[in-house]
Amino acid sequence: MTGTAQTGRAFVFGDNIDTDLLAPGHLMKLSAEDLAQHCLEAIAPDFTKSIQPGDFVVAGKNFGLGSSREQAAVSLRLLGVGAVIAPSFARIFYRNALNLGLPALFCERADQIVEGDLLMVDPVLGKITNTTRGETLLCKPIPDHLMAMVRAGGLIAHLKTNAAHRDRA
Amino acid sequence: MAEATKPQKVFSGQTLAQKLLARASGRDDVAPGDIVIIQVDLAMAHDSSGPRRWKPHLDALGATLWDPSRVVIVSDHYVPAVDTESAAILKLTRTFAKEQNVGHFFDMEGICHAILPQKGLLRPGIFVAGGDSHTPHAGAFGCYAAGFGATDMLGIVVTGQTWTLVPETIRVELTGSFGRHVSAKDVMLLLCRELGMDNAFKAIEYGGPGVTAMSMAERMVLSNMAAELGGEVGLIAADRVTLDHIRAHGGEASEADLAWQPDPDATYERILTINLSDLEPQIAAPHSPANSFPIGHAAGVPIDQAYIGACVGAKLEDLHMAAQILKGQRIAEGVRLLVAPASSQVTADAAADGTLSILLAAGATLLPSGCGACAGMGAGLLAAGETCISTTNRNFKGRMGHSEALVYLGSPYTVAASAIAGCVSDPRVHAADLAGAA
Ligand code: SF4
Repeated sequence: MTGTAQTGRAFVFGDNIDTDLLAPGHLMKLSAEDLAQHCLEAIAPDFTKSIQPGDFVVAGKNFGLGSSREQAAVSLRLLGVGAVIAPSFARIFYRNALNLGLPALFCERADQIVEGDLLMVDPVLGKITNTTRGETLLCKPIPDHLMAMVRAGGLIAHLKTNAAHRDRA
Repeated sequence: MAEATKPQKVFSGQTLAQKLLARASGRDDVAPGDIVIIQVDLAMAHDSSGPRRWKPHLDALGATLWDPSRVVIVSDHYVPAVDTESAAILKLTRTFAKEQNVGHFFDMEGICHAILPQKGLLRPGIFVAGGDSHTPHAGAFGCYAAGFGATDMLGIVVTGQTWTLVPETIRVELTGSFGRHVSAKDVMLLLCRELGMDNAFKAIEYGGPGVTAMSMAERMVLSNMAAELGGEVGLIAADRVTLDHIRAHGGEASEADLAWQPDPDATYERILTINLSDLEPQIAAPHSPANSFPIGHAAGVPIDQAYIGACVGAKLEDLHMAAQILKGQRIAEGVRLLVAPASSQVTADAAADGTLSILLAAGATLLPSGCGACAGMGAGLLAAGETCISTTNRNFKGRMGHSEALVYLGSPYTVAASAIAGCVSDPRVHAADLAGAA
């Protein structure tokens, strides 16, 4: 995905979107695919029906606070979310997202993006082009050692590559 | 010549977080913002975040645990099984623990964060990686204990390593002493409002005479709810009280462990001082721990359920607090009081010292030890439109059942007083009433 921007629509949420909204506790026994269908339903009942692969979730500060449950990030990935864009993230969610190959982009001015805006997002360059508004927003770059992992497709793919290296050595 | 051109190293004071991370990464010192590779001392996971998520990947990778003796697995989220899905998760966890020779496996003995100190597994200085967001709980013992998601934990149990960004530290200084029926939970509900929940990639360090005077049970409340502040860790430097607790629980600790202290000239991002003598009982209203205020503002809100449970709010000392209020009393008509002790040891101790009979005589229903309704998985879930007051640490929308249920957070004193009154109640008023009646 180096240098390749993806295009999709923005789905906009407020501050403090927590992991119970992203992956409700009482449904955690469901398969990942079924659980994903309940993502954010408590505040946006139509979200899972409207989101298309490649669309983006844009939110306010402290996205993903709460539980360590990785299903919060898994659900977004399974729904095909191309990236989550927010001014700040909860630490465990941020790590989980990158570990799963879901770019999480720190963008100070995420609040400039409006529901339905067409965005072109380059997670590697940390650049968001808001086609609807003719604006460019910059994100904090993802640290190198993490970008290598995101490029590999997440931590498990990365572990696999490392294991293969070990085997050859 | 070469020596002289070397950059001069400037030694400035280090926070406890910096010292612990320097040790874990094998460096002399670290600075906030450094990304360091960590050697993990203890890796903990539970039935929801652990084996069920790792097994398919371990099988696919053909990998095994880096050091089974350093791995702790606790079945607490789905216990006891209430349907065939949870039974299958618990079975998989048991089989995994056996097959992989997991060094420390605790099946239905209690909540993971309560289990680590109870089994003497913590020691000042060590790095604990836990597959749960409240792993900072263990920071009360002077160890660097941080929470990680399942894939991060998979990486950790395969390699024994992970990375972190050295955090800036917020120091919380506690002075004074608690008034009657005020406790560490009230400190944390206040801090959620004062510091907010957006302190990701920061360390919280607690200290001062107010902390020194606290029992380990109260210190664990401070560390546990560092998670609500968004912090990576909630650290308390070890002292005599810490070492005594570790030894009393069969753990190892030496006098040298007391050396894990922040430097007096450490650099903090912010220092916040709270005088405990001025603190009133606090309450957090739906749907956020940061939506908190002194209890007077919510007094009188009718409740359907009072819940005493969770890693943060169902230790033996928490049950003692509730019993102090409930002794000789009866819960209000139409209110249910559920008590899920943090571990089976807590249940046994509360039975032995008479606490349990006080709670049961007041009308409490005893639940199994585990995460239960706190995780939205076990017994005690709420229906749409119901209101609960709870000793747990989070009240996010939909966490304890239906998304239209309302959850208030308070201390065990407050929850017990509210159960008697049938509405959110100030435990101090309750105590005054009793004194008046006597
Ligand atoms: S009791 Fe609640 S907060 Fe504690 S580990 Fe269990 S689910 Fe998490």
